[in-house]
Amino acid sequence: MDTLLSTRSRKTAGLIVGFIILAAGIACSVAFGVTNIGWRTIVASYTDFNGSQEHLIIKTARMPRALIAAAAGAALAVAGSLMQGITRNPLASPSLFGVNAGAAFFIVTGSAFFGASGMSTFATLGFVGAAFTAALVYVLGSIGNDGLTPLKITLAGSALTAFFSSLSLGILLTGGQTFDQVLYWFVGSVAGRDMGIFGAAAPYMGVALIAALVLARHMNVLALGEDVASGLGQKTIYIKLAAGIVIILLAGGSVSMAGPIAFVGIIIPHLTRYLVGTDYRWGIPYCAVYGANLLLAADIGSRYISFPQEVPVGVMTAIIGVPFFVYIARRGGRS
Amino acid sequence: MSVIEAKSLTLSYGQKPVFSGLDLSVPPGKITVLIGSNGCGKSTLLRSLARLLKPQEGSILLDGTEMAKLSSKEIARRLAILPQGPVAPEGLTVHQLVKQGRYPYQSWLQQWSKEDERMVNNALEVTDMDGLANRPVDSLSGGQRQRAWIAMTLAQNTPAILLDEPTTYLDMTHQIEVLDLLFDLNEQENRTVVMVLHDINLACRYAHQIVAVKDGQIYAQGAPETIMNEQLIRSVFDMECQVTYDPIFGTPLCIPYGKGRKIAKAAVAAF
Repeated sequence: MDTLLSTRSRKTAGLIVGFIILAAGIACSVAFGVTNIGWRTIVASYTDFNGSQEHLIIKTARMPRALIAAAAGAALAVAGSLMQGITRNPLASPSLFGVNAGAAFFIVTGSAFFGASGMSTFATLGFVGAAFTAALVYVLGSIGNDGLTPLKITLAGSALTAFFSSLSLGILLTGGQTFDQVLYWFVGSVAGRDMGIFGAAAPYMGVALIAALVLARHMNVLALGEDVASGLGQKTIYIKLAAGIVIILLAGGSVSMAGPIAFVGIIIPHLTRYLVGTDYRWGIPYCAVYGANLLLAADIGSRYISFPQEVPVGVMTAIIGVPFFVYIARRGGRS
Repeated sequence: MSVIEAKSLTLSYGQKPVFSGLDLSVPPGKITVLIGSNGCGKSTLLRSLARLLKPQEGSILLDGTEMAKLSSKEIARRLAILPQGPVAPEGLTVHQLVKQGRYPYQSWLQQWSKEDERMVNNALEVTDMDGLANRPVDSLSGGQRQRAWIAMTLAQNTPAILLDEPTTYLDMTHQIEVLDLLFDLNEQENRTVVMVLHDINLACRYAHQIVAVKDGQIYAQGAPETIMNEQLIRSVFDMECQVTYDPIFGTPLCIPYGKGRKIAKAAVAAF
């Protein structure tokens, strides 16, 4: 498999193009929707705020929505790339760590027994649940003489995902209350969140993203296999632990902001490998930028697929993702 | 020159002890081959020598210092290990693979130096991989692939190289190709080579020293021509054979008894 962008200058150009698309994507996400808003109004809402309905839509709905889509997309793609690296499984995704099931369980429990409501509360509960489950999967996957192995982490992730999903469904079915808000969260969407949700998650997701960039060089070595990496003098346990924490922060942050959104963590790392190859030093920034672009595009598309009604973006990524997943699985089966 | 020694090594997998109180000294600048039947612990021994496994008791000394007291990167600058059957990520090129061999020399401050570049090019040249440098590793033949991995360990620029079954799954041509390369590295650059091999005859041909492992103990150790005989093969491999001499190299050659077609001597002479 030859990579499309083989020289350093082409790779840099691809990254710059990605950033341009990102800027354009955020602008479009703010501008287009049930009511289209002109560019001048968007700028004016920040430079010369007059409290009109359009200005309010921009500042309280459209802008947080665009930023959350970009941040969640970037985080999911980078987390997916790291996940595939440490499990050495090309179909691994952040959800394998149980983050979605764990977040859902905490939200359902909070909602059913503690009267939790509102997207901000859900975001906090979701993050705690995601982090808790992922840490549990990590620990369960590391028990034993041989430490963290791809097989054990996959099994631990599947088991806990099934466990927490069953509990969540059980509570939903027997609770006898209305769980409209929770169900809405379950699909995965970036709509209806305020800036506070973005502001709460952005700092630690930013730190995790920087950590991912620092880890890139070490991930290249770890990708050669545990023994080879140890032979080259890498303390693989620390690298895997650091990658695990970064994945938990990114995937947990993403699920807390936008709910479970599938396939971004699989599509983008594969696309990235096709573009720039296996080198994580290029792969991580590419994943971040193009992951953001994919979710922004999917979210903009979700406003038009059954206009004027909106389809949750989680449904959009699934529609795009499933054929892609089948394609990867088939290709992997051949080689 | 690296001197590797194991002192009263004790290691077990779970409840099952692999070694207890094993001593071994690897002669520097020589080729040492570990032989033994499946499950005798030869791979475990090699992996322990390369600090991939931690012994429960005893110690491994590298140039007289306990390995446990050295940093892993420090060890990686003196000793390279090529595990059995390594797999490169899909699409990784030979050049990218070999560059990873410089990992123990890099840090926050020192990312990529002229010396790194020189070592990578040298490793590609010595292994005759420079023409294939931009090919993905997974597109190469078995022998080329193994040479690419050996090139990575060479880029580490260590006086000692340890290899776990470097010829497994290779056809005869590629086995010889890989072993010749290691032989040259020892002859020309005086590198210490320690490896596990399954083929006793090739072991006798290339090794200066053979270490025969049986039931987690060293059964015999020495030059093939002094230690190799019917009795050793019987004890270590539980097999009857005749030991004769390789008609080309003069090194010991084991011919197992057992079944097979027999051709009369007269017919052989007619060839």
